[in-house]
Amino acid sequence: MLAFILRRVLQSLAVMLVVALVSFALFRYVGDPISTMMGQEATIADREALRERLGLNDPFVVQFFDFVTRAVQGDFGISYRLQQPVMELILSRLPATLELALVSGVLAFLFGVGFGVYTALRRRGWLSTTIMTVSLVGVSLPTFLIGVLLIWLFAVELQWLPSFGRGEVVDIGDWWTTGFLTPSGRASLILPAITLGLYQMTLIMRLVRAEMLEVLRTDYIKFARARGLSNRAIHFGHALKNTMVPVITITGLQLGAIIAFAIITETVFQWPGVGALFINSVRFVDVPVMAAYLMMIAVIFVVINLIVDLLYYAVDPRLRVDRAGAGH
Amino acid sequence: MTGGKMQEPLLTVRDLIVEFPTRRGTLRALDQVSFDIAPGEVLGMVGESGAGKSLTGAAIIGLLEPPGRIAGGEIRLRGERIDNLPPEAMRRIRGRRIGMVFQDPLTSLNPLYTVAQQLIQTIRTHMDVSESEARKRAVGLLDRVGIPAAARRIDDYPHHFSGGMRQRVVIALALAAEPELVIADEPTTALDVSVQAQIIDVLKEICAERGASVMLITHDMGVIAETADRVAVLYAGRVAEIGPVRDVIQHARHPYTAGLMGAIPTLEQDSDRLVQIPGAMPRLNAIPTGCAFNPRCAHVFDRCRAERPILQRAAPNHHVACWLTEEGSA
Repeated sequence: MLAFILRRVLQSLAVMLVVALVSFALFRYVGDPISTMMGQEATIADREALRERLGLNDPFVVQFFDFVTRAVQGDFGISYRLQQPVMELILSRLPATLELALVSGVLAFLFGVGFGVYTALRRRGWLSTTIMTVSLVGVSLPTFLIGVLLIWLFAVELQWLPSFGRGEVVDIGDWWTTGFLTPSGRASLILPAITLGLYQMTLIMRLVRAEMLEVLRTDYIKFARARGLSNRAIHFGHALKNTMVPVITITGLQLGAIIAFAIITETVFQWPGVGALFINSVRFVDVPVMAAYLMMIAVIFVVINLIVDLLYYAVDPRLRVDRAGAGH
Repeated sequence: MTGGKMQEPLLTVRDLIVEFPTRRGTLRALDQVSFDIAPGEVLGMVGESGAGKSLTGAAIIGLLEPPGRIAGGEIRLRGERIDNLPPEAMRRIRGRRIGMVFQDPLTSLNPLYTVAQQLIQTIRTHMDVSESEARKRAVGLLDRVGIPAAARRIDDYPHHFSGGMRQRVVIALALAAEPELVIADEPTTALDVSVQAQIIDVLKEICAERGASVMLITHDMGVIAETADRVAVLYAGRVAEIGPVRDVIQHARHPYTAGLMGAIPTLEQDSDRLVQIPGAMPRLNAIPTGCAFNPRCAHVFDRCRAERPILQRAAPNHHVACWLTEEGSA
């Protein structure tokens, strides 16, 4: 178990190094930071001086090492555009993105599993057919279109919910701001959360349904029925637990995807999160922010993967190699 | 029909018809199957793959896979009809009054629950006992089916056990709520030859101890010969012959049964080839009129092609569905 975790952590470090290399390559190859920073009037001598001062003339390996060392300490430099430390910028935007991702992830998981189980058990009911058909729409419509449609319906036509922003937020601690505590904050969360989570929900739902149908055909379910266990015990105890292993994997990865691809939703709803920050940085070739964002997403994916692997152990006893072989 | 003057049968199956509606018409998988099982009796059920052995078991315990359905006949347990019970009432019979052992012990147990959890859940579903009482019973059951150090091993997961041990666990589970009838559907087919006999012995002993009847589905005549009191031979969804094991094996009346017996290799046999029945069992959509066996039968005559033979008495307790019997032994 410990060896397994250690191995996974080492693998994660390797992944992070590769991502760091890519982020770093951004500095070198996406435009020339010097011309971005100095504008057109600067003399060649000034440019060279700055180049020397920033260490851009050092060998590649030295620069990369420097970058990684500073990145590990949370120092990604100063944003070209906003002239603030990148880490500070990202941290100030992170709560908005994380709250949005959390809410849509939880919604996607709960409704995904719920609908998945329902459509698997009532395969031929009209409600199942309806859910399956609607879910096709969820999979095939692009996120921004869903967002725009929701805004049109609930914000413009019905005027029930706000169409943009986070509403009022409350500060918690030094740098966390939350929208959970105010009515306008909660109302603002609804539309973006649905927009962001809809695709993931349909994905989880279809996965749960397929897995559940598969599991319901297995011998141990037949045997459980032959022992007269209640439908409840069979469906939610024996069957659902067995569908959970692949579902956990996908949900975990999807949570990463939700955070990473919140960009579109954040743009549509002008949500003040990291995704919107990233989009604006791309527009202005704000390389330090882009690099830091890349690294942050990589960290999130790696951590989620690690958690998913550990969850396997919790769910599936066959992976716990506590006693070797069979006892006979 | 078959029981003779024994006590009231535990299970009575009369003219059971199971059909599968398909796009190209309805397939009749069981056609007027009738037999009894007496209390404490072991009834063997043999036949080729597709003859309807497992389907009979599934119909009795109420677990036919849709779209399969009972289209006629009746099934009675101690005189009460159980083939038309509402699902909830049937569920309470499963496990409690009729237990079932499946073929493959490797897939019969839920891999994510310990043996204790599965046993205790089964016991507490049917019996009003406390958790600790159920656990005590569970340990006793495991002990009885021959799991060494049962009290310790009960908290293991199924994957900690070998195939033979798992089948013992399956038997313990099937018997957890002390059913009166145990349907064992090829309980040893998936096991090593070396443990097959042990499993059959355990099953037979524990059922005898509790007075439970057994319906033993298998295509292994050797197992039937050693274990069963009576045997029913199924062919194309119909009972071809049913009677005491000795009679059926030594004086098979139905040409199909005789052919089956001829296909068992024996040490005394000096021929190189086993006797085999020419042809194959008909598909369900092409069962010939008259006797289903007539195209393969060496003794076929006109009546066999025109009229379906009914199950009739050939000797005490021994019934055969063959026109030869009527002509020959009347």
